[in-house]
Amino acid sequence: MSQLGRRKFLLYSSTGVLASLLLKGCADAGGGDTAANTEAATTETAAADGIKVGILHSLSGTMAISETTVVDAEMMAIDEINAAGGLLGKQIIPIQEDGASDWSTFAEKAAKLIDQDKVVTVFGCWTSASRKAVLPVFESKNHMLWYPVQYEGQECSKNVFYTGAAPNQQIEPAVDWLLENKGKEFFLVGSDYVFPRTANTVIKEQLAANGGTVVGEDYLPLGDTEVTSIITKIRVALPDGGVIFNSLNGDTNVAFFKQMQGAGLSPEQYPVMSVSVAEEEVKQIGPEYLQGHYAAWNYFQTVESPQNDKFVTAFKSKYGEDRVTNDPMEAAYIMVYLWKQAVEQAGTTDLEPVRAAAVGQKFAAPEGQVTMQPNHHISKTVRIGEVREDGLFDIVWSTEGPLEPVPWNQYVKETKGFACDWTDPNKGGKYKAA
Amino acid sequence: MSTLIEGLFNGISIGSVLLIAALGLAIVFGLMGVINLAHGELMMLGAYATFVVQNVFKPLGEPWFSFYIIAAIPVAFIVSAIFGLILERGAIRFLYGRPLETLLATWGVSLILQQFVRSVNWLLIICLGIFCLLFFGGMQLLKSRADWESMRTKIVSLLLPLAAGVAIAFYFLLSQNSALTNAWFSARNVDVTAPAWLRGGVEVLGFQMPYARLFIIALTILCLMGVYWFLQRSAWGLRIRSVTQNRTMSSCLGIPTAKVDALTFALGSGLAGIAGCAVSLLGSVGPNTGQNYIIDTFMVVVVGGVGNLLGAVIAALGIGILNYLIGSGTLALFLTTISAPQSMIDFFLFFATSSMAKVMVFALIIIFLQIKPAGLFPQKGRTAEL
Repeated sequence: MSQLGRRKFLLYSSTGVLASLLLKGCADAGGGDTAANTEAATTETAAADGIKVGILHSLSGTMAISETTVVDAEMMAIDEINAAGGLLGKQIIPIQEDGASDWSTFAEKAAKLIDQDKVVTVFGCWTSASRKAVLPVFESKNHMLWYPVQYEGQECSKNVFYTGAAPNQQIEPAVDWLLENKGKEFFLVGSDYVFPRTANTVIKEQLAANGGTVVGEDYLPLGDTEVTSIITKIRVALPDGGVIFNSLNGDTNVAFFKQMQGAGLSPEQYPVMSVSVAEEEVKQIGPEYLQGHYAAWNYFQTVESPQNDKFVTAFKSKYGEDRVTNDPMEAAYIMVYLWKQAVEQAGTTDLEPVRAAAVGQKFAAPEGQVTMQPNHHISKTVRIGEVREDGLFDIVWSTEGPLEPVPWNQYVKETKGFACDWTDPNKGGKYKAA
Repeated sequence: MSTLIEGLFNGISIGSVLLIAALGLAIVFGLMGVINLAHGELMMLGAYATFVVQNVFKPLGEPWFSFYIIAAIPVAFIVSAIFGLILERGAIRFLYGRPLETLLATWGVSLILQQFVRSVNWLLIICLGIFCLLFFGGMQLLKSRADWESMRTKIVSLLLPLAAGVAIAFYFLLSQNSALTNAWFSARNVDVTAPAWLRGGVEVLGFQMPYARLFIIALTILCLMGVYWFLQRSAWGLRIRSVTQNRTMSSCLGIPTAKVDALTFALGSGLAGIAGCAVSLLGSVGPNTGQNYIIDTFMVVVVGGVGNLLGAVIAALGIGILNYLIGSGTLALFLTTISAPQSMIDFFLFFATSSMAKVMVFALIIIFLQIKPAGLFPQKGRTAEL
């Protein structure tokens, strides 16, 4: 450790910087959570002639935080069905695979579940990137994926059943509600990747059609925690207050809400509508920072219905009192039941009969009645919640009943007028309606 | 005028976050030449220490809870310093002068620390304790034997599997007990809430200065003064400076260089802990927290120049102010008011988003390093390798 000269210093420092970049890249995909693995082992002992289903989520890596909660909900649904006597007289055997937050791993594991484990269906994925990665696998093998997360739309595959919200079941009603109740001037903030950029394109089209204006937009790199310059921009663009539409993901939300409050942007003047902040995230950000802001989902833990009481109680007694339920978990829970009903109606687990039987399935879900539509999306109730002191949501607005899903966006020129119908062989995934 | 002050304040507040995060690294990397990729994880440990202190103070109620952050600062310092000390004694001291091996080792340590906070529970702590007790305790006992040197390898190869075996056996024995196996933090982010007096801000000239930012700026200045005093005015500081300037000569003069190394590294790590405590007021606290800062901290130290605190200060403030002026569009706005050419305004407007501002700052840093390859304040003198 003698004198550090200029050359050596340059060499070391450049390797240091390079390695830190590398480290960041790798660590985003690396690391992990093994808690969920233990459950897979216990199911090995189940009856050999059970019905095998695949569960494909990230149990490790950066997405594990969110995806393990969805696995919990799916496992709970499967356990409930098994405890009630199983399906077609057999037990359901879940086979868990770890997508490791890495999109090519997802495709690999999907092929493994189908070819090697011979599962009859797969429940899985969270990010749009992972869904897009496994899509060719499911389409080439003509297999079946159930996908539980709200997404940006513009997709309708024969081989996927989408039980999360299409944009018209989350983002569009939220924008309409804001226009009506909170103001006409919008500032759009998002993480810098496909979902927020697509969502904001849609929002801009919608605002232009309905008399609103976008006064500014900005995107933060995933994981960034410095939002000072965005806050300045918001104050310059909206000096007298206005609506902030937030599609930030992950850690950046924490920084955003903490620093919003520090800069004195109050929810009364600058209400923020988030589409990626649910009960689980509120808990991590701290309700003190979020109180008074809004989120749009199909389900909140505070929905009042006997089905939801049962769901929340069952979840808490299985996984602990301090756990909360949220929208993707609820969608994951109901998709297992929708599949079960389809299998029961078809009387078999064969792919084609189940696919045909799935359309039209109704289920009294915690969020209310849901129905699988011919376009493989489900009709859902839309709700807007305001964060209250204990970190749960007060539901301030909801649609009268379930809203029909529209996968192809009607505000975007390229897809305007298109629809999707898998029950009619002449129509298929994308046809010109009317 | 107000825009100018606001820009300056916001730039300084971004810079102070960079500086407090980089201060520890400026010592570890700048003075000792150790590329410590686990620096971010030491920050993360400081942030988790803050979380623990917050939860300890919560049941005490007001007014105690309001001041948990004051108590959290020394706790975060001590926790990170102890981990840093273990890291230096356990791994890095064997790797001095071998930067590439240090780099890989500290990277490994950073991954271990990330996984550690994800899966730490009482059971893990108990088993680690049993292992350390058996292994290191046994070594200490046997060290007094006369034939220690010749038996060393044999003893290690016997003790290591023995201690590991007992620890693992305990693990399986106790793994049914769910009170012990509940993860302390789990992979989820945890919620650190600033006390009420640090939320909100003070109104100055039509814009609001967040208290949390003011607190961080004050803390940064305090840390800087403390480090300056320690290095320039205290006996150990003198030893640290002499060892970094000429190790062999210092050793000849009776300075315990190994102790100085350990102390320096612990000091740098402890400062990382304080930084972790500070950034928990602004951002998230989770296993990945450290990853968000590691690149920026290296950048500050590289631009500032080796072993020079003043360099790090100027570099951090410079990067902060530049980042803010470009990213918030203030620069583009300013150019409009002085009626600069339209093409120039468009150019800066293009870079006026958070992502693109980063690109521009990185590009400027690369250009800067072409002109001044050793940073703002390169080392001079006969001993500097040029």
